[in-house]
Amino acid sequence: MSERDPLFSKKNLKLISDPINNSNPITVQVLGICSALAVTAQLKPAVVMSLSVIAVLALANVIISLLRNTIPNRIRIIVQLVIIAALVILVDQILKAFVYDVSKELSVFVGLIITNCILMGRIEAFALGNKPWQSFLDGIGNGAGYGAILIIIAFFRELLGSGSVYGFKIVPDSWYITNGGFYSNNGMMILPPMALITVGIIIWVQRSRNSKLIED
Amino acid sequence: MKALRNFFEKTKPYVQKGAKYHWLHSTHDGFFTLFFVQKDTSESGTHIHDYSDLKRTMSIVVLSLVPAILFGMYNTGLQHYKAIGELASTGFFEIFLYGLLKVIPVIAVSYIVGLGIEFAFAQMRGHDVNEGFLVSGILIPLVMPIETPLWMIAVATAFAVIFGKEVFGGTGMNIWNPALIARAFLFFAYPAHMSGDSVWIPLDGAAKLVDGFSGATPLADAAAGNINFSIADAFFGFIPGSIGETSTLAILLGAILLIVTGIGSWKIMVSVAGGGLFMGVLLNIFAVNPFMELPFWQHLILGGFAFGAVFMATDPVSATQTEKGKWIYGFLIGVIAILFRVLNPAYPEGMMLAILLMNTFAPLVDHYIVQSNIKRRLKRAGVSA
Repeated sequence: MSERDPLFSKKNLKLISDPINNSNPITVQVLGICSALAVTAQLKPAVVMSLSVIAVLALANVIISLLRNTIPNRIRIIVQLVIIAALVILVDQILKAFVYDVSKELSVFVGLIITNCILMGRIEAFALGNKPWQSFLDGIGNGAGYGAILIIIAFFRELLGSGSVYGFKIVPDSWYITNGGFYSNNGMMILPPMALITVGIIIWVQRSRNSKLIED
Repeated sequence: MKALRNFFEKTKPYVQKGAKYHWLHSTHDGFFTLFFVQKDTSESGTHIHDYSDLKRTMSIVVLSLVPAILFGMYNTGLQHYKAIGELASTGFFEIFLYGLLKVIPVIAVSYIVGLGIEFAFAQMRGHDVNEGFLVSGILIPLVMPIETPLWMIAVATAFAVIFGKEVFGGTGMNIWNPALIARAFLFFAYPAHMSGDSVWIPLDGAAKLVDGFSGATPLADAAAGNINFSIADAFFGFIPGSIGETSTLAILLGAILLIVTGIGSWKIMVSVAGGGLFMGVLLNIFAVNPFMELPFWQHLILGGFAFGAVFMATDPVSATQTEKGKWIYGFLIGVIAILFRVLNPAYPEGMMLAILLMNTFAPLVDHYIVQSNIKRRLKRAGVSA
């Protein structure tokens, strides 16, 4: 990359758009699956979780990228962990201060961002070998790719499992069998196995539409 | 019949490769072979085929299910009139007709949804339509409670066909029994409509019920420590339960046909029963509550045990393939089913989960049987592996 590369050159924008589709961390690289199953029963925690991961990933990428020439190679993992952990604690404190109930719902999973494979993956594979600005864009892109999948999963799980979207009731009360109607929420949608199947469906749809991902 | 055949023969050129309606090829072929044996000969490869192809196998299984289906219809009516206290004043045909009208929609929904998806997938992939769903389509209604809403059955059937079968590559590729996938899906998705004591007997909003009516199955009663069912009723099937599972006698008739024609593996059926009996005896020995004291052999005539052993566990695709493996597979199904049934209060019947669990492990069992065989033969030949 030359010095005069403009901030939003085609190459740089690709750092954001690629992870959203062609090399999506969840559906293509299959990283960060555990939190994708755990926090997607409702849309709200999924949105908050996505924003947290975007923030931590972008900042961690920038900091590691700034330090990349000074971190001794042998202890780089522990240095990365310290930085990520510090950022995660910051995010956790902010969530507790401003959106307390969501933070309670997310419980341990915000803390577990530290062990999210996407973070280590991007830092090892990208930030250690690239400049801060590119690393920042890469962090935003991968975080957004992760968040997009989380939000899609959570949308369907909340709609079918609880009959609501982002906490607002969508299915009218009179439809339910208990009120004399015919409808009933699908209890399996709020169980983790169905989240995994939803991820599978997304992978299926994506692979059959995206010609770059079709394997022979 | 002749007119139908002529129709199929005449329309055939239009759906050949390159012809105008080629996209309808698999639909045409599917219906043609369903009604008639085609005169086509192989163009390459194997030229001699067994007459008993997939279609004939499937029809035998459906035939062996007929006693259970007919009895299920009768029992549906019987339980209804018993519950509203008009059994004595109702004739046999009236009872049967009531059940018939209740059961037919369930079967129709299962077939229409399942076959629709199957044809769509075959069409999309350019495969021939095959008959795998003929059996699943009738098994799905038989393992459902009669009062399950039809749209739930449609959703479950769609789920079972797409995620139980098509994602693995269609008939013959599935890991689990599709009919049980449908049941398991409903069981976890809509538990209120799959278990409890209000789904087994159609009441049609009847105002007056007989005194002491509970609506629970004998198995649920037994799990609650309240064992009162007549052994004859349980064996002949005059008890509440899923549509096809109640009559052990009707299931045994089907089992005889399956064993005589060699389509169902008798080894699996026997070993499932053996496993169930073994676990029953064990529980009897260490019994601490009335349900554990239930005589071990009575487990075989309650709930879905017999139905699962004869029609579900023997599914040749999801069961083990090796002969020795069949004994292990069946025995473990029996053991686990009774274990779940008696010791886990969350699941009144363990047969479904036991079979699905062992379906999962069937390839592993086969693997070790094959490996041990290879090792033994290597040893015999004096070659160190």
